[in-house]
Amino acid sequence: MLQGINLACVRGDRELFKDVSFSLETGSLMQVRGPNGSGKTSLLRMLCGLSSPAAGEIRWHGETIHPLNENYFSAMTYIGHLSGTKDDLTVIENLRISSALSGYEISENQASEALENLGLGGREQLSVKVLSQGQRRRVGLARLLTCKTSLWILDEPLVALDAMAVKFIQGLLERHLQQDGMVVMTTHQEIDIGAASIVQLQLA
Amino acid sequence: MWIIKRDLLLAIRRQSDVLTTLFFFVIVVSLFPLSVGPEMNMLRAMAPGVVWVAALLASMLSLNRMFSNDYIDGTLEQMLLSPQSLSLLVLGKAFAHWLVTGIPLVIMAPILGIQYDLPAEALLVLTITLLLGTPVLSLIGAIGAALTLGLRGGSVLVSLLVLPLYIPVLIFGAGAVEANMAGIGFDAHLSLLGAFLLASLALAPWATASSLRVSLE
Repeated sequence: MLQGINLACVRGDRELFKDVSFSLETGSLMQVRGPNGSGKTSLLRMLCGLSSPAAGEIRWHGETIHPLNENYFSAMTYIGHLSGTKDDLTVIENLRISSALSGYEISENQASEALENLGLGGREQLSVKVLSQGQRRRVGLARLLTCKTSLWILDEPLVALDAMAVKFIQGLLERHLQQDGMVVMTTHQEIDIGAASIVQLQLA
Repeated sequence: MWIIKRDLLLAIRRQSDVLTTLFFFVIVVSLFPLSVGPEMNMLRAMAPGVVWVAALLASMLSLNRMFSNDYIDGTLEQMLLSPQSLSLLVLGKAFAHWLVTGIPLVIMAPILGIQYDLPAEALLVLTITLLLGTPVLSLIGAIGAALTLGLRGGSVLVSLLVLPLYIPVLIFGAGAVEANMAGIGFDAHLSLLGAFLLASLALAPWATASSLRVSLE
């Protein structure tokens, strides 16, 4: 269970938000909404532990996330705006390395299977610098297929994807939620995901 | 560890980065005999200092790239969120940095030393001091690179931060070769270099990891 208690975020002199509280049970999805600059990405970076909140605390199964660090990180996958892919490496090398970094070493076969599922079959040996924006995004998202974490924190996962890929990702999130996973995501698009409960968090 | 493998793979795909460091070192060291003239005794006396200063500057050249590429494409965020210890990841990256920039310098140094008419034994001592000293340069440099991450003018700042910390390594590295040529023992110098290496192995990864967390906040 992920809880946020009276969170506040300050950027420079400006207070982006304060008194944001929520509680997310297993099997549920939280959609963070709000106009540009309302602090959605800042909130997600706080939730994954990259930055600390100006006030309030974040709890994972009842414990504050900061002292947990590595224990928390092994239960969480964060995919941000930056895809975390290396231009000089091939698609499959990128996936295998990013999986190893998040603690799951995968074989060549597992990696190609994940890429095949995301519609990158036959492009495994291409270097990432020749891919389009949407294809890069898919390489980044392929990590969701290889990780076994329960909490997914996704910042605009659907941006730059075509209709087919959006459908596939929605199906993937649905399956993850059915298996008692949790998802926190921001998106400007209407999402069509069947979940036990969907929490909407509106930032000013 | 796979992070070392990854950084080496990236270095192979982008050989120009590695070669610039090496050529910089070779050219700086070769400029001195050309400019001060073929006075054998003077060249011999200045050789250890020149080679060591050139090695410091060369390893400085590539420091910025240690984290900045990973920072720009978001890999660094993922490293901070990795269930593996960040200090170990940093140690792996510093080791890869040393393999790519330090080792070529160690190999080139005795060849370049011939230009200064150094005796064979002094060449050997020079190589040993570089072998002990260059990992310290990578480890201390990693702290500077992490602190200046994402700052404008970071490369100038990194030299201001890191060069003073390199001074002890420089003094004892060059000092060992001079002591050897003067016919006195150089064991103490080597022991001190070894001590610097152990101390920076223990402390630098931890300091770098903390700096990275601050820089990405």
